[in-house]
Amino acid sequence: MDFLDRFAVPNPGPTIYASMVAIALTTIAIIIGLTYFKKWGYLWREWLTTVDHKRIGIMYLISAILMLFRGGVDAIMMRAQTAVPDNTLLGAQEYNEIFTTHGVVMIIFMAMAFIMALMNFVIPLQIGTRDVAFPRLNALSYWLYFAGAMLFNISFVVGGSPDSGWSSYFPLAGTDFSESVGTNYYMIALQISGIGTLITGINFITTILKMRAPGMSLMKMPMFTWSALITNLIIVFAFPVLTVALAMGTMDRLFATNFFTTENGGMDMLWANLFWVWGHPEVYILILPAFGIYSEIISTFARRNLYGYKSMVYSMIAISLLSFLVWVHHFFTMGQGALVNSIFSITTMAIAVPTGIKIFNWLFTLRKGSIVLTTPMLYSLGFIPIFTIGGVTGVMLGMASADYQYHNTMFLVAHFHLVIIPGVVFAMIAGLFYWWPKMFGFMLNERLGKWSFWFIAISVCLTFFPMFISGLDGQARRMYTYSESTGFGVWNMISFIGAIGLAIGFALIVYNIYYSVRYSPRNIPADPWNARSLEWATATPVPDYNFAILPEVKSTEAFWDSKIYGDKLFNKRIEPIHMPNNSGMPFIMGIIFFIWGFAFVFGLWILLVLSTIGIGICLALRSYEKDEGYYIPVDEIERVEKTGGKKK
Amino acid sequence: MKELFPRKHVYGFISSLLLSIIALSLYYFDLTFQLSMSILLITAFFQAAIQLIVFMHAGETEDKKSIYITIYYGVFIALVTIFGTLLALIWGYY
Repeated sequence: MDFLDRFAVPNPGPTIYASMVAIALTTIAIIIGLTYFKKWGYLWREWLTTVDHKRIGIMYLISAILMLFRGGVDAIMMRAQTAVPDNTLLGAQEYNEIFTTHGVVMIIFMAMAFIMALMNFVIPLQIGTRDVAFPRLNALSYWLYFAGAMLFNISFVVGGSPDSGWSSYFPLAGTDFSESVGTNYYMIALQISGIGTLITGINFITTILKMRAPGMSLMKMPMFTWSALITNLIIVFAFPVLTVALAMGTMDRLFATNFFTTENGGMDMLWANLFWVWGHPEVYILILPAFGIYSEIISTFARRNLYGYKSMVYSMIAISLLSFLVWVHHFFTMGQGALVNSIFSITTMAIAVPTGIKIFNWLFTLRKGSIVLTTPMLYSLGFIPIFTIGGVTGVMLGMASADYQYHNTMFLVAHFHLVIIPGVVFAMIAGLFYWWPKMFGFMLNERLGKWSFWFIAISVCLTFFPMFISGLDGQARRMYTYSESTGFGVWNMISFIGAIGLAIGFALIVYNIYYSVRYSPRNIPADPWNARSLEWATATPVPDYNFAILPEVKSTEAFWDSKIYGDKLFNKRIEPIHMPNNSGMPFIMGIIFFIWGFAFVFGLWILLVLSTIGIGICLALRSYEKDEGYYIPVDEIERVEKTGGKKK
Repeated sequence: MKELFPRKHVYGFISSLLLSIIALSLYYFDLTFQLSMSILLITAFFQAAIQLIVFMHAGETEDKKSIYITIYYGVFIALVTIFGTLLALIWGYY
C-alpha cells in the first residue's frame, strides 16, 4: 500500500469526491457510448489519426469549451465562497487549489486552445492553401496540448492540485512550502503543452510565410492572418523562456537544485522574473489573434474595408516588440529602485499607444458603415467599451508609484479580467459564431446568440466592477475569506450575482449549439455573412483539399472584389491534388507524453525512463518512415465539386 | 580553378577554428574575470555570425530579408531580456 499512498489526495473534501465520481461516470459513459454506437473505428480513422487542419481545429475547439467549463466551475466556487463574510463553503486549502487551477486552465488550456482552434481552422483557408506546412506536426501539437491538459486536470483527484497560484511564485512553490505533488503537475503539464504550442508557432510562421496563394504579398494578407503571424512569432520567442524556467523549477522540486530557493545562492525572484518574461508576451499572444478576429468581423458587418490597414499591421509589430519590454511591471513592489520602475513604467505606457491606434481604427471602420447587428458584431461592439475600461485601469496599474496601492488587490483582478474577457473570450465567441457555418454547415441561432451576449456583457460588468471598489478599499486577491467589519461583503455579493449571470450566459451558448444542431436550416449558402476574405470562397462543408484550384489574389479583400468587381479567383485547370496521409503516431506520442508526465510528477523513475525511450522510438520511426502522401485524382475532385463539397 | 576553390568556406572554417582556440586558451592565461568575459563574448559573437552566414547560408536565398529580420529580432529580445533581468534583479537596487 505504501506505493499507492502517494496517489491519495492530501486534503480530500466533498468537491474532490464529487469530481472523482463525475470523472469515473463520464469515462464509463463515453466508453459505453462509443462501443454501443460502434464508433471506435470512426473515431480512430476520422479524428484521432487526422492531420487535417480543419479537424484539428475542431478538436481544439471542443477541448477549449470543455476547459472553459472546468475553469468556469472553479470561478463560480470562488465567487460563492467569498459572497458572504466568514463563509465556510470552502477551506483555505481548497480555495488555494481552486484559484490556481482556475488561472492555469483558463489561460493555458482554454484561451490558448481557443486561439489555436480558430487559427487552425481559418488561417489555411484565409491564405488560400490546402493545409499547414507540417500537417503531422500540427496533429502532434494538438495531442501534446491535450496530454498536458489532461495531466493537469487529473491533479485534482490524483495526488493533489497545485495550490501556489497560476504564477506559482517561489519560494511558495518550492518543496518547503508546497509539499504535495501539485506543483509538479503544474511544472510538467505546462511543459508538455508548452512544447505543443512552440511547435504550432513554428508551423504557422512557416505556413504563413511560405504557403500563401499566388499574388498574396505580405501586405495583402487578411488582418487575422497578420495577427496570427505576429502571435506565432511572439510564441517562438517567448515560450522558450517558460520552458527553461519550468525545467529549472522542476529540478528545484525534484532534484534539490537551488535556482529559486532562498539559500545556497538561489534567487526566488528569478522565477517571477523569468515567468513574466514569458508571461507578459503571453498576454499579447492571447490578445493579438482576438484583435485580428475583431478586424475581420467589424469590416464584414460594417460593410466597409478595414480603416488603416497599414497602421494596423505596424501597430501589431510595435506591440510584438514592446511586449518584451514591460515584464517588470508585474513586480514593481519587489524592492528595486526608482530607476528600474520608471523605465518599465514608461515602456508600459508606450504599449498603450499602438493598442489605442487599433481601437481608433475600428471606430473609423464603423464610421459611415452600414452596420449589421449580428451576434458576432454585437460581441465586437461590446468589446470596445469594456476593453477600454480594462485597458485604462491597466495604465493606472502601470504607474509604478500608484501600483504600490493597487498591487495584489482585487483592483488588479478586476483589471485583468476586464481585459481578458472582452479581449479574448468575447473574440473567441464572436469568432465561433462567425466561422461556425463554415465549420459545420449551419448557423447558430441569432436570437439565442443575442440573449447570451447581453447576459455575458452585463454580467461581466456586474462581476468585475465591484472588485475595483473592494480592491481600492484594501481587499487582497486570493483571500479565501474576510470578516464582516471590512465591508467587502456587499461588493463580493454583487460579484457573485454577476458570476451567476455569466454562468447563465455560457449555458445559453451551449443551449444555442444544441438548439441549432437540431433546428437550424442546413441549406445555407457558402458565404452566409456576405464576408470579404478567402475562407468564404470555399464550398460548405469545406472539402478535404479546401480549394480545388488555388485562388489568385490581387488585393487585401480578394473574395469581396471577386463578388463586387468580378475578379476571377480560380483561373487554372483542376489538377491531381497531393494530400498528406493520416497517422496514429501523434496520438500515440500524446499518450506516451501523458505517461511520461505522470511518471515525472510522482518520481516513478523506471516508468519515466521507459516512456522516454518510447518517445525516442516514435521520433526514430518517424525519421526512417517513407510517407509520400497520396493524390486525389481529377475526376474525384470534379465529383466533389459538383456536389458542393459533400463527399460522395 | 580559382572559381572552383571554396575560398569563403575555407576561410570561414579557419577563422572559426581560430576563434575557438582563442576562447579555449583563456583557460591557460591568468586574466581578470572582466577581461576574459569580454574576450569570450566577442569571440562568441563572431563565431555565431560565421556559423549563421557562412555555414547555414543565411544570406543566400530570396528569404534573406526575413531571415535577417528574424535574427535581429531574436538578438534584440535576448539582449533586452538579459540586461532587463540584470537591471531588475541586481543593478536596480540602491
